[in-house]
Amino acid sequence: MQPGVVFAQDYQYMCSEAGQNIIKDAIKTHGLTGVVVCSCSPRMHEATFRKAAAQAGLNPFMVEIANIREHCSWIHKDKEEGTEKACVLMRAAVAKVTLNAPLKAGESKVVKRALVIGGGIAGIQTALDIADAGFPVDIVEKNATIGGRMAQLDKTFPTLDCSSCILTPKMVEAKANENIRLITYAEVEEVSGFVGSFKAKIRKKARFVKEDVCTGCGVCMSKCPSKKGLNEFNMGLNNRSAIYIPFAQAIPNVAVIDKEQCIKLKTGKCGLCQKVCTAGAIDYTQQDEFIEEEYGAIVMATGFRPIDASKFDEYSYSTCKDVVTSLELERIMNAAGPTGGVLLRPSDGKHPHSIVFIQCVGSRDVSGRGKPYCSKICCMYTAKHAMLIRDKYPDVEVHVFYIDVRTPGKNFDEFYRRAAEQYDVDYIKGQVGKVYEENGQLVVRGVDLISNEQIVLNADMVVLATAIEPDPTARKVANMLTASIDTNDFITEAHPKLRPVESPTAGIFLSGVCQGPKDIPETVSQAGAAASKVIGLLAKDKLTTNPCVAHSDELLCNGCSCCEKVCPYSAISYETKLINDHGVKETRRVAMVNEALCQGCGACTVVCPSGAMDLKGFSNKQIMAEVDAICL
Amino acid sequence: MNYSYYPGCTLKTKAQELDRYGRESAKALGIGLEEIDDWQCCGAVYPMVRDEIATKLSAVRTLMAARDKGQKLVTLCSACHNVLTRVNNDMRTDEYIRSRANNYLDPAVPYAGETQVIHYLQLLRDELGFEQLAQAVKNPLKGRKIGAYYGCLLLRPSKVMAFDDPENPRIIEDFVRALGGTPVVYGMRNECCGAYVTLKDEAQARVNVERIIANARSQGAEEIITACPLCMYNLKKHQDGSMPVRYITELLYEALGLKEADANADE
Repeated sequence: MQPGVVFAQDYQYMCSEAGQNIIKDAIKTHGLTGVVVCSCSPRMHEATFRKAAAQAGLNPFMVEIANIREHCSWIHKDKEEGTEKACVLMRAAVAKVTLNAPLKAGESKVVKRALVIGGGIAGIQTALDIADAGFPVDIVEKNATIGGRMAQLDKTFPTLDCSSCILTPKMVEAKANENIRLITYAEVEEVSGFVGSFKAKIRKKARFVKEDVCTGCGVCMSKCPSKKGLNEFNMGLNNRSAIYIPFAQAIPNVAVIDKEQCIKLKTGKCGLCQKVCTAGAIDYTQQDEFIEEEYGAIVMATGFRPIDASKFDEYSYSTCKDVVTSLELERIMNAAGPTGGVLLRPSDGKHPHSIVFIQCVGSRDVSGRGKPYCSKICCMYTAKHAMLIRDKYPDVEVHVFYIDVRTPGKNFDEFYRRAAEQYDVDYIKGQVGKVYEENGQLVVRGVDLISNEQIVLNADMVVLATAIEPDPTARKVANMLTASIDTNDFITEAHPKLRPVESPTAGIFLSGVCQGPKDIPETVSQAGAAASKVIGLLAKDKLTTNPCVAHSDELLCNGCSCCEKVCPYSAISYETKLINDHGVKETRRVAMVNEALCQGCGACTVVCPSGAMDLKGFSNKQIMAEVDAICL
Repeated sequence: MNYSYYPGCTLKTKAQELDRYGRESAKALGIGLEEIDDWQCCGAVYPMVRDEIATKLSAVRTLMAARDKGQKLVTLCSACHNVLTRVNNDMRTDEYIRSRANNYLDPAVPYAGETQVIHYLQLLRDELGFEQLAQAVKNPLKGRKIGAYYGCLLLRPSKVMAFDDPENPRIIEDFVRALGGTPVVYGMRNECCGAYVTLKDEAQARVNVERIIANARSQGAEEIITACPLCMYNLKKHQDGSMPVRYITELLYEALGLKEADANADE
C-alpha cells in the first residue's frame, strides 16, 4: 500500500452505479479525505466520480484520476511494461491527492443574448429557434443579404420542391422576428471573454446606401452605367451593375454599392444612382461602422463553397465555357438565373442535346489537389439535375460518371433509382480522364469499369460535381473564437458522437456545413440542435466556474510582469498596494488574477521566476509530488 | 548571363537543329550557354528505377559540374530535362540515394541537389523574361496559328517537375505570344504521343498522333511546335505531312530574324 492509502478496491465497471456506490461507501466507512480512481481519461468520467464523492460528503476536488487506459493500456503493446507504468501513474495520483485542498467553484454571469455567425439556412434556423425560446439573437452575415447557398439552389432533393419557396418564408421570418437582429454586410472582427460573457466587435461594412431609407425599388440598378461586375449570385455566369440588390428575395431588400466597381467612388464622377433615387438613400460618404455587443453564446454557421474546379483541368473547366460546375448548372436551371431557367449551353446559347455529369470532382481525392473526404451531397444533387433535365427536355441524353453512388438518407436511394430507371439517365461506373473541345463539341474520354472498356462520348455540356469546402472565413472565425479546426478546416466537435454541435471551447456551438458536409435536412436538424444547446445555456442565470484558477502570492510576487505577458486570456493585471511582510511594510506592485477570466492553463506558473504564481488544484507542490512519485 | 548547358545525345544526332537553333538564338539574346565538358548520357530512362544507383551517376556528374561552376543548368531535350530534374530531386530529398551516390563518386564536395535545373523555356520565361524576348523579336510570327505540343516529360510528375499546370499548361502558349504568333489551345496538347510504344506497336502510336493532330487542327492550329525529340519523331512519322511540326527553337530562331539572315547570306 502507498503511504496514506487506507482502502483499495478493484472493480470492473467503476463508472456504473454499483461502482460509484463502492466509492461512496468507502468514503463514509473509512472517513476518506481523498479518492484516486485508476481508470479511463478524466475527460470521460472525472465529472461522474467527483459527483459521487460530493454525494458522499467529500469535496469533489479531492478526487484524482490516474488515466491508465488512453495513456497506458491502449497504447502499449508490452503488457509487463504497461502494467508497471499503470502502477507509476497510480503512485503519482496518490502523491498528488494527499496535497489536494478542497476547492469551491465560483459563479459567473450569463449574458442572455446569442450571436450567430453566418446567415445561410443553418444560421437562420438556429437564430429562429433561439428567438422562439425568447432570447435575443444577432445574425452577422458577410454578404449583403441572408439566404446563403440555399438561396442559389433551384430545387431540393429528394422532394424537388422549389428551394427559394421554402427558404424565403424563413428569411422573412428572421427579419420580422423581434428577437432577431440582422447585421448584414458585416464581419465579426474581434471576440474576447468566455462562455456566458463574450464580447464581440462587429465591422459593418459601408453599403453606401442607407439601409433604413432604401425601399428596394431597383431604379438605381437599371440606371447604373457600370454593368460589368460579375454576378456572384449567378456564379459569375452573367453581369450585374455596381449598385445592386443580390436577388429579388434578398433580405434586407436594400441595395449595396460595390466600391471596387462604382465609377463615382473610384473617380468621383457619375453619381447617377443618387440622382435617380427618390428616397434619397444613396450616401457615397458612408464609412464602415463598428458594433460592440456582449453575448452568452456564439454559434458558428459559416457554411461552405464549392472548390475551384480549375484545379482539375483535365476536365477543361478553365478553357471550355460549356464545362460548368453543378452550382453553375443550378443557376442555369433556375427561372431567376442568367438564362431564365432555360437550359442553354454557355458558349453559344444553343440547346444542348447531350450532357455528361462527372461526380467526385475533388472529393475523395488523395492526390493533394482536392479533398480526401466525401462531399456527401453530390450524388444526390447530380441525380436531381439529371432527372430534372430528362423530365423537362426528354430529347437530351444524360450520362453520369460515378465512382460509387452514395445515397444514405430517407428516400434518397429511391430517388436515385427513379433517375436511373424511370428517367433513363445513363449511369456509368468509372472515371473520366479527359474532357476537351473538338469541332465545336466537347469530347469526354472515360472508362466504363463494368464493361472494362474505354469510352468516348460527345457532349454539348459537361457538369462537374465539385467537392465542397468550408467557407474561407471559417479558419479566421475559428481562430478568433479559439474553436478547434481540423486539417480540412471543418470545425471540430467536442465529441464526434456525443457532443456533435458543440466546440470543445465552452460557449461555442456549430451549425451546418462548417462542421462537415451535410444536406439541407441534416443542416436544419443540426441548426435546431445547436439552438437547443444555446437555449440551455442562456436559460441559466449563473454558470459554475472552474475553481482551478491561478493565484498570486503577493508576499512572493516581485511585480516583474512575466505572467501578464504570457497570459492568453488577459486575466492578469497589476496593482500597487501596501504589503505587510511579517511586520515589514512596503508599497509595491503585485500581480492580480481575474478569476472570471482565468482558464487555468498554468502558463503563468511556469514563467513566474519567484514562484509566486500557483494554480489551484495543480499547485507547484502537487506537480512536484507527482514527478517525485514517478521518478524517485 | 552565363549558364551551364547540357545538350544530351539526341541533340548531337537526330535533333541537331533543336540544339543549333537553341544555341544561336541564345547567343543573339545575349545568353551565354556553356556546354558542360565531357558530358555523358543523362541516363535516359534508367535512373527511374528507384533502387538503382549506378544509372543515376552520370546525371549526378552533370549536376555536379554545373554546381562547381556556380551556374544554373539549362536543358533543351524534354527527356534529359525530366531525367536530370528527377535525379536532382532524388539527391535533394532522398537520404538513401544521396549517400550511396556520393559514396560511389566520392567527390571533393558531396552533392546534395544544389544545382537548379531549368529548361530552355524556363530560361526564356524566368531568367530573360517573355517581355524582354518580345522586344528582341525582329520577325514577329504575325497571323501564324501555332499549337503547342507539350507531351508528358516536361510536365510530369508535376510536383517534381514544377514546370507548369500539367492539365492546363501555358508556358509554350506565352512563348508563342511573345514571338508575335497566335497560340492555339487544344485539349490533346498534353496527351501521350506514343513515346517508345512506336517501336513495339506502331498502330497504337499512330492512333495517338492522329488524335492529337486532329484535335489541334479542329481548334485552328496550322502548325505544331514541340521541345521533345521523341515527340517530334512520332508526330512526323505518323501523319501524312499535312501538319508541319517544328522545334520550339526553330520558331524562336525564325522570330529573331536569324533564319532570314541565313537566307540573305546564302544569296
